[in-house]
Amino acid sequence: MVDFPEIVNIPLAKWIDKAMDWLLLNLDPFFDAIGFIILKVVLAFENLFLFIPWFVLIPLAGLAGWKLVGKKRSGVTFMILLFLVGSFGYWELAMRTLSLVIASVFFSLIIGIPLGIRMARSDRAQAIMKPMMDAMQTMPSFVYLIPALMFFGMGKVPAMFATIIYAVPPVIRLTNVGIRTVDKEAVEASKAFGATSRQVLFDVQLPLAKPSIMVGVNQTTMMALAMVVIGSMIGAKGLGMEVLLAINRIEVGRGFEAGLSIVFLAIIIDRITYSFSKTKDK
Amino acid sequence: MSEDLKNETVETEDPQIVIKDLWKIYGRDPKRVLGKNLRTLSKDEVQKKTGCIIGMREINLEVKKGEFYILMGLSGSGKSTLVRNLIRLVNPTSGTIHINGENITKMNSEQLLHFRRKTFGMVFQHYGLLPHLTVLDNAAYGLKVKGLPKGERYAKAMQSLETVGLKGWEDYYPGSLSGGMQQRVGLARALANDPEILLMDEPFSGLDPLIRRQMQDELVELQDKLQKTIIFVTHDLHEALKLGDKIAIMRNGEVVQVGSPEEIVTQPNDDYVAEFVKDASPAKVLTASSIMDPAKVLLYAWEGPKTALTLLRKNNRKAAFVVDKSHKLLGVAKEKVIEKMIEEGHSKIPAESLMKVTSVTPDTILEDLFPIVTEHPFPIPVCNENGKFQGIVTTDHIFESISPVEEGESNG
Ligand SMILES: Nc1ncnc2c1ncn2[C@@H]1O[C@H](COP(=O)(O)OP(=O)(O)O)[C@@H](O)[C@H]1O
Ligand SMILES: [Mg+2]
Repeated sequence: MVDFPEIVNIPLAKWIDKAMDWLLLNLDPFFDAIGFIILKVVLAFENLFLFIPWFVLIPLAGLAGWKLVGKKRSGVTFMILLFLVGSFGYWELAMRTLSLVIASVFFSLIIGIPLGIRMARSDRAQAIMKPMMDAMQTMPSFVYLIPALMFFGMGKVPAMFATIIYAVPPVIRLTNVGIRTVDKEAVEASKAFGATSRQVLFDVQLPLAKPSIMVGVNQTTMMALAMVVIGSMIGAKGLGMEVLLAINRIEVGRGFEAGLSIVFLAIIIDRITYSFSKTKDK
Repeated sequence: MSEDLKNETVETEDPQIVIKDLWKIYGRDPKRVLGKNLRTLSKDEVQKKTGCIIGMREINLEVKKGEFYILMGLSGSGKSTLVRNLIRLVNPTSGTIHINGENITKMNSEQLLHFRRKTFGMVFQHYGLLPHLTVLDNAAYGLKVKGLPKGERYAKAMQSLETVGLKGWEDYYPGSLSGGMQQRVGLARALANDPEILLMDEPFSGLDPLIRRQMQDELVELQDKLQKTIIFVTHDLHEALKLGDKIAIMRNGEVVQVGSPEEIVTQPNDDYVAEFVKDASPAKVLTASSIMDPAKVLLYAWEGPKTALTLLRKNNRKAAFVVDKSHKLLGVAKEKVIEKMIEEGHSKIPAESLMKVTSVTPDTILEDLFPIVTEHPFPIPVCNENGKFQGIVTTDHIFESISPVEEGESNG
């Protein structure tokens, strides 16, 4: 075998490490601030979901299934699934995982929807952002954990940081696509009547792009759930950590229960967020 | 006299829209196409050489206030581009557009918003309605953009919906309405703003023929009342002839002919226009004024019955039209009636004793003229809206005018 000539070794890894060092050194207060905000939000959600007793939340989920998804059967299914999670003994961990997911999605949307709008309004922005997002989505998810760890140490915050970054592309992408495929004449009509670009955005583009944006929200949420599970590797308490422990101790039964609980959560979250993308016709 | 003066001032009034040397070139670096090497090339050549597409080339047009102006041409000829330039949904590459004396090509975005709100209403081929709003909210949209309070804009929108015959549909959503009704909403939305200029880009192209004809009829009626300036795009000749006061025909981004419906049909500039109008029935475009002749014998009431009788006999006639001093048609006088007047000693021809006759206006089209002419034994008098006598039409005139070979054409 012929070795690759060592002389053309490009020290990309070294450069990136250097850049990280620089960021850490100079932007430390900035990351502290971000970490603080993230923590506050996730704690607020955690407090909420740990405060609501199971016998209230389960009927609420049933109601959501019935009213939002549109079928009584979905409501009943949701209640049974949540009840099973509780009966496995994972109620509290499931609530922690749920809080992490919801908090991450919250941030992903705050970042993603404006970026998607920006991308839709400028071909240049689209040309720049598209390859970046393609790269982000093909990157193995746990790679995001490394910089998150460096910036924020162990715990919930880095797990969420990684989750937000990992889960944001779909909502950006689908906001962009949604706005770009809005009926051209509806936009022209709005402009023809003298609407400002803000009026065009809020009167026409966002409402008509809503189904598409909601599909993005759904995908972002599912990715967030997947990432939160992985995030338990760096110390975010939740169902993911249970799976991790079960793997380490080769406890098949325990792993199965925890895994099943994640799947049940996923089903419920998926159906509810997906229902938002269906426009209800009068 | 005063009547004449008034007509003249209307005729010479400054046009409301003046378009000068307007170009639109789509693509990268469009200005280079205007350089002297490229600007004379054809649309296809320019596209091959530069990748740019000529949307409009050197457009010069004038539209008067209250005119129903048609833009006609094949798909891709630049009609939509031109209409969108008027409101700057598309910005021209060069040239100027003046509307009400203001150069809109120079306006900044602030002025433009204001101008759009004040001056324009637009109607689209696929309606361009907002599906998440009710019919009423759609109709009120232009007013909402303007910032009118809710009560006022709903009141105006309701009125506008009533005008287009949609009363009772306010609370429906556009998706539950038929195409024709959706376009009515589109029209109501445009009218609610009470704009000076209405832009309509193929508004009826998507509708079934029957609905389409009905909408055209209603638009004609509406325009009689409202007298807006309308720029109306179509590729349907019959629609153009039915609605238009003036027609501009476009090809490959250029205006190849402008004229009245009649001029376009009877004197096409070139083969393209001729091809366009080839199945236009002259009966639908030729008007009484274009085929009428002056009366050979015309009697003046104030000259008295004796002069009248002499005139009749000299020309070998048994009857003739009588007009008063302002050239208003009074009726027909038969020889016998005039003889009786002389016996009774009248010094003037009394209007009461004349036979009343059906008359037509100068813009009556042949199709409508024909049944009237064939029904009456006399030639039919043509009188303008003030009753002034203009000329006469007979069956012979009609047959001559629709005979296929025209002398003028082979000579010219
Ligand atoms: N946004 C655009 N980009 C590039 N070319 C365009 C664009 N809009 C229109 N064109 C081109 O300009 C020409 C005129 O188009 P248009 O004004 O839509 O014609 P019409 O309304 O008569 O069908 C066509 O050749 C069309 O392909
Ligand atoms: Mg068009």
